Amino acid sequence: MVTQMHLETLDRRQFIVGAGAAAAIFALFRSFPAAAEPPADFDAAFKAIVGDTETGDAGVSITMPEIAENGNTVPFTVAVESAMTPEDYVKAVHLLSTGNPQPVIAAFHFTPLSGVATVSGRMRLAKTQDVVAVAELSTGKFLVGKQLVKVTIGGCGG
Amino acid sequence: MSNNKPRAKISPANAKVGDIIEVKTLISHVMETGLRKDKNGQTIPRNIINKFTATFEGEPVFSGDLHPGISANPYIAFHMRLTKPGSLELTWVDDAGETYSTTVPVTVS
Repeated sequence: MVTQMHLETLDRRQFIVGAGAAAAIFALFRSFPAAAEPPADFDAAFKAIVGDTETGDAGVSITMPEIAENGNTVPFTVAVESAMTPEDYVKAVHLLSTGNPQPVIAAFHFTPLSGVATVSGRMRLAKTQDVVAVAELSTGKFLVGKQLVKVTIGGCGG
Repeated sequence: MSNNKPRAKISPANAKVGDIIEVKTLISHVMETGLRKDKNGQTIPRNIINKFTATFEGEPVFSGDLHPGISANPYIAFHMRLTKPGSLELTWVDDAGETYSTTVPVTVS
């Protein structure tokens, strides 16, 4: 009610300027969570990592339970075949989800000192979905692995 | 929150130079996603550990950028090639700016 009364006192030009400012402020607020979590969906997240590079699909293995009873803690192990020498090593493994509210789960960074490109942890899964691991090699190549996990009870506090 | 001691364990304990050892880490943290609402419908602000780093004698070994998709009390296991005895520094940083760290002595047999 208050806004309506206020608007009546504004002429058309003021209203447009005001509305523009309001939209700008709204966009600014919107952009804060976006800055922390840039990609909104899986495709955008995938593209942000890989760009237009062709990806291979060999050498990335994701070990996860086929059926996860509790989506709050789903164990995972991602292993990428690599000699891990200073000339050729796995720089990073990006873990993405196709069905979570936020597509990026984690990005793990390796060095030749890591010895092997293997990482384990526990992730949240909101529902049954594919988990995708993108390995970024020091040679500029990308390798992609995928694993379907069936989730009985989702893990996003819902 | 600063009293939650992170834990780390390396295996095998009696590795030789050139061997690859596994480092298992665990820290207590709510990892609040920022998506949940409390009883009054208010969004609970996000507070997660967003960064984990492991350095051995100043050299980076492994690090992780964590997002809300990582479970509460994050467990992270990674590997390291043993080059010499020294200490492995592990650091966790959360959204509140709190830093947790622990040092693991690494011996060579």
